[in-house]
Amino acid sequence: MSSDEGRMTIVCWSGEMDKVWPQYILATTGAAYGMHVTMFCTFWGLFPLKRPDVKITGDNWMTKMMGAMTNNRLSHLNFGGVGPKMMRAVADKHKVAPPDELIGTAKELGVKLAPCQMTMDLMGLTREDLVDGIEEPLGAAAAMAEMKRSSINLFI
Amino acid sequence: MTAVTKTLDASGLACPMPIVRTRQALDGLATGDVLELISTDRGSWRDVPAWAESTGNPLLESREEDGRFIFLIQKA
Repeated sequence: MSSDEGRMTIVCWSGEMDKVWPQYILATTGAAYGMHVTMFCTFWGLFPLKRPDVKITGDNWMTKMMGAMTNNRLSHLNFGGVGPKMMRAVADKHKVAPPDELIGTAKELGVKLAPCQMTMDLMGLTREDLVDGIEEPLGAAAAMAEMKRSSINLFI
Repeated sequence: MTAVTKTLDASGLACPMPIVRTRQALDGLATGDVLELISTDRGSWRDVPAWAESTGNPLLESREEDGRFIFLIQKA
């Protein structure tokens, strides 16, 4: 079994549960193919890498407002939290792994989770606000370098 | 009868976990070893052959038995 079966980059832009799910399903599947998988976590796609106890408070009115708008908002299918709960219940019934479990599996498989520095700046997050076991923050140019050599590039 | 080196029971797991666990199981085996995979995920019927072909690990056998999908995969 070859250790390098090509490269895949997923630009994780959405933080909604119904999109985070496929982001990590495809990442773990790519890794299962032996692919070198990088996830460039930008804008709302950075949220799953935030420590659960960290709230986006922001250091100015704009980031403060973004925090108020985005904390705990999991999905367009939200309906006051019922949407994600329903999805979890359905997933549980069908034994589909929930996103947080898939993120753990992705790390286990060596998927590289790369946080976007610009998003961190926008949301007032530091490296300490993010979970362990991820890459150093990077920008669009480093992400682009990875995309240029990937045979599969996805934007979710 | 092919000698099975290891059995992976992925019963109850849904996409993509049967394939993910298969990959992890094969990583722990040596070239030529045979992994028996048991899955109850109906998607496995298409996923496992596709994965085996693409990764170059020969699929020696696949069969359905009482709603379970059983595959013998040899590590390349």
